[in-house]
Amino acid sequence: METIFFTLVAAAAVLTGLLVVTCRNPINSALSLVMTFFCLATLYVMLDAPFMAAIQVLVYAGAIMVLIVFVIMLLNVRSEAGKRYTHAGFISSVVGCLLLFISLYFLNNSSLTGVRGSLDAAVINQVGHTELIGKALFTDFLLPFEITSILLLVAIIGAVILTKKKI
Amino acid sequence: MLSLHSYLILSAILFSIGTVGVLIRRNAIVIFMCVELMLNSVNLTFIAFSKYLGNIDGQVFVFFVMTVAAAEAAVGLALMIAFYKNRESIDVEDLRLMKW
Repeated sequence: METIFFTLVAAAAVLTGLLVVTCRNPINSALSLVMTFFCLATLYVMLDAPFMAAIQVLVYAGAIMVLIVFVIMLLNVRSEAGKRYTHAGFISSVVGCLLLFISLYFLNNSSLTGVRGSLDAAVINQVGHTELIGKALFTDFLLPFEITSILLLVAIIGAVILTKKKI
Repeated sequence: MLSLHSYLILSAILFSIGTVGVLIRRNAIVIFMCVELMLNSVNLTFIAFSKYLGNIDGQVFVFFVMTVAAAEAAVGLALMIAFYKNRESIDVEDLRLMKW
């Protein structure tokens, strides 16, 4: 049952991922990308990470994609009918296939290593996934968390400066 | 239970699709979306490893990746708007000011 569901969701993710690359109209690409994000959120739920699935839908499908669609509409990008919309197709496909085969080769010839932690589905159900994430974020990863706030501040300032009329 | 390998293979496929998209497309916004696709495939790897190693740290990393993606979206789209105001186009083939 789980395998069938995984296969369906994975097939949908790959299909919509391909549509992102091949669609001529950027709006269609954006909508396909939203679908890919939803498929990935489904997979996160299957991997016992419900909080990450919620964040995926809220932040990626909600915030980032709305921003992208907004910019596409704002710039009024024509669907480029008749014009070329790709370049270097052959070389890029070769590079992509090579990348895929190398990664699959290493996946098939490697084994899982590392120390197993104590986390499993029972612990997640008992304690709660959000609480576990929060605990890790505000104890072990406190410094990266604070640095992230500086990063967001820099991004806000950068976006405002870049879109000003006179720089 | 599904094996870790199926998730990693899906992630590799999505990453390759994103790479091809970045290389072949001419529209800067679509290139940007393909970069997002690549980031998401890496997130899937992180969460799959996090489950199969029983460790929450991978998911905290996904949290940071999402933050960086949000910051990147803000700055990247602002750059595209600035470029469009100058050139009336967001084709990357028109972006050759620094090429010689």
